[in-house]
Amino acid sequence: MITLSRSSGLTARERARRAARGGASRSVPAPLLAPALVAVAFLVLPLAGLIIRAPWGRLGSVLSGSDATQALQLSLWTASVATMISLIIGVPLAWLLARGSFPGQRLLRALVTLPLVLPPVVGGVALLLAFGRTGFLGRYLDSWFGLTIPFTPVAVVMAETFVAMPFLIITVEGALRSADQGFEEAAATLGATRMTVFRRVTVPLIAPSLGAGAVLCWARALGEFGATITFAGSFPGRTETMPIAVYYALENDPDAAIALSLVLLLVSVVVLVSLRDRWLRGGSAP
Amino acid sequence: MTDEGIDGLVVDAEVRRGDFRLVVAMTVPPGQVVGVLGPNGAGKSTLLSALAGLTPVAAGRIVLAGQVIDDAGTGAFVEAAGRPVGFVFQDYRLFPHLSVADNVAFSPRARGMGSRAARSAASHWLSRLGLADLAGRKPGELSGGQAQRVALARALAGQPALLLLDEPLSALDAGTRLDVRDELKRHLSDFSGPCLLVTHDPLEALVLADRLLVLEDGRIVQEGTPAQVARQPATEYVATLVGLNLYAGRADGPGVALAGGGAFVIPDRGQHGDVLVAVRPSALVVSSQRPQASSARNTWPARIAGLTLLADRVRLDLEGRPPALADVTPAAVAELSLSPGSQVWVAAKATDLEVYTHADTQAE
Repeated sequence: MITLSRSSGLTARERARRAARGGASRSVPAPLLAPALVAVAFLVLPLAGLIIRAPWGRLGSVLSGSDATQALQLSLWTASVATMISLIIGVPLAWLLARGSFPGQRLLRALVTLPLVLPPVVGGVALLLAFGRTGFLGRYLDSWFGLTIPFTPVAVVMAETFVAMPFLIITVEGALRSADQGFEEAAATLGATRMTVFRRVTVPLIAPSLGAGAVLCWARALGEFGATITFAGSFPGRTETMPIAVYYALENDPDAAIALSLVLLLVSVVVLVSLRDRWLRGGSAP
Repeated sequence: MTDEGIDGLVVDAEVRRGDFRLVVAMTVPPGQVVGVLGPNGAGKSTLLSALAGLTPVAAGRIVLAGQVIDDAGTGAFVEAAGRPVGFVFQDYRLFPHLSVADNVAFSPRARGMGSRAARSAASHWLSRLGLADLAGRKPGELSGGQAQRVALARALAGQPALLLLDEPLSALDAGTRLDVRDELKRHLSDFSGPCLLVTHDPLEALVLADRLLVLEDGRIVQEGTPAQVARQPATEYVATLVGLNLYAGRADGPGVALAGGGAFVIPDRGQHGDVLVAVRPSALVVSSQRPQASSARNTWPARIAGLTLLADRVRLDLEGRPPALADVTPAAVAELSLSPGSQVWVAAKATDLEVYTHADTQAE
């Protein structure tokens, strides 16, 4: 008689599943399951705590407090302007990186990606050194035009753009690389100039990635903290964005901090949902 | 050069793509459809790509309707977007985000027409190709045959002086292919400029083209009318394509010594020197014993290497001197109990042998 190892029962449901989809056992090995559950707990519990501890009763009054509203408004418009700027100057750069061929292209790509891994506070310091009142560019802006950028809403937008634009560029560049250039060739044989091809064929074809990149960029700008507080400071109503407001509120009004955090959490969830087709499928982008 | 005086397309150029070299000299008068035949990698698509301006020539030049559009000597080059060329791609490449009408209006728009004029030009072409009902659809909602017609309409709407079609029917299933082919023939005959049609389907080329051009390994190996190419193939590839046995040899009056071994008796027309001999597989007679009293002047022993059942006959792959493909009826296979390995005798009447020189195959 043969000896069978690993014999166990099979529920009717599992039988049906295997019959329908095929394949052998898919049970998770125990040594993988335990750490995985720890990871889930670690990621989910703090967020759950945030929701549990939220001052649901007076959420409205906390959020309508002038500081919170101001911070929210400032964050929304600066992040939106930063995204617009990123689209206007970042998409052409993405095209250049994807389609151009020029010396130093790889170096340029590395430089563009740098803010992705750079600690944001370093970005803030760098911006300050460049555009600060004594910075090598800021000096002339100040003496020639009387313009002072640091610690103004303009500085907020610049800090956010610096940190968030690479997300857009990387997303769009990837889309441009994988886009079927046959369509662009076809457009050229139909008489379209390079710019017409870009406008009427390339951009519409990568529109989903363009949207995803813009949303990603906007979300990153909205959450920006380090570069902003370094370069723009934290003047309520002028440069105090939501994340900065949360940070300061935690000291003297924890309920307000939680309420503001909830708003940011909600925005993140909305962003995630809007990107679900791209990211939550688990596979590669469509 | 006086090429500028000639209407139509004049090509005398070399195109390089990596290690691949394509050398082409050809003239296509307006209104003529040239079928470009050749095996994969022969340079058919490279030729279209050079004509469309997607690949510059490495040497020589291309003249279209009296205008130099590419000249490696002077450096003159008209970009793809500036050439009056309509290109129907093998995979059509219809813009997926634009409706059928906008796809067809794309070229008039890109070439500077206002949006209203472009739309009316598009609707003219749509109705001409029987696509008016599909104007609002997206390419994803079209059948293969419809997409093919839209691709043709889009290429024609730019009012090209030269039309290029890259395997226009290969993406279609066998059923629709026949309908679309007949329709395509109609539209091609309406087109007034020169037209090049790349294919590797000989039947498609025979039906659609006025003249055939056979490319192999980046070179033109044969040029002529479909009938001529079908009757007197210049190379093994063409012979296989049109289903003929082809032998190269040296003629000396009534006899031909074949290059690959063996000899044929031919009608004596006083031919001497290098010739090609073509014979139809159905003209060969296969018997199990040496024919004794026969009018066939050529008989030789052979061994059956393989049998293939075709629609109404069996094709025998015969090894001998020379080797041959012979068509017999299924009944004959049963009667003579032919099977792989069988020894047989092959006979061919001298009058069934088509004997010609290589120069004959190049004649216009």
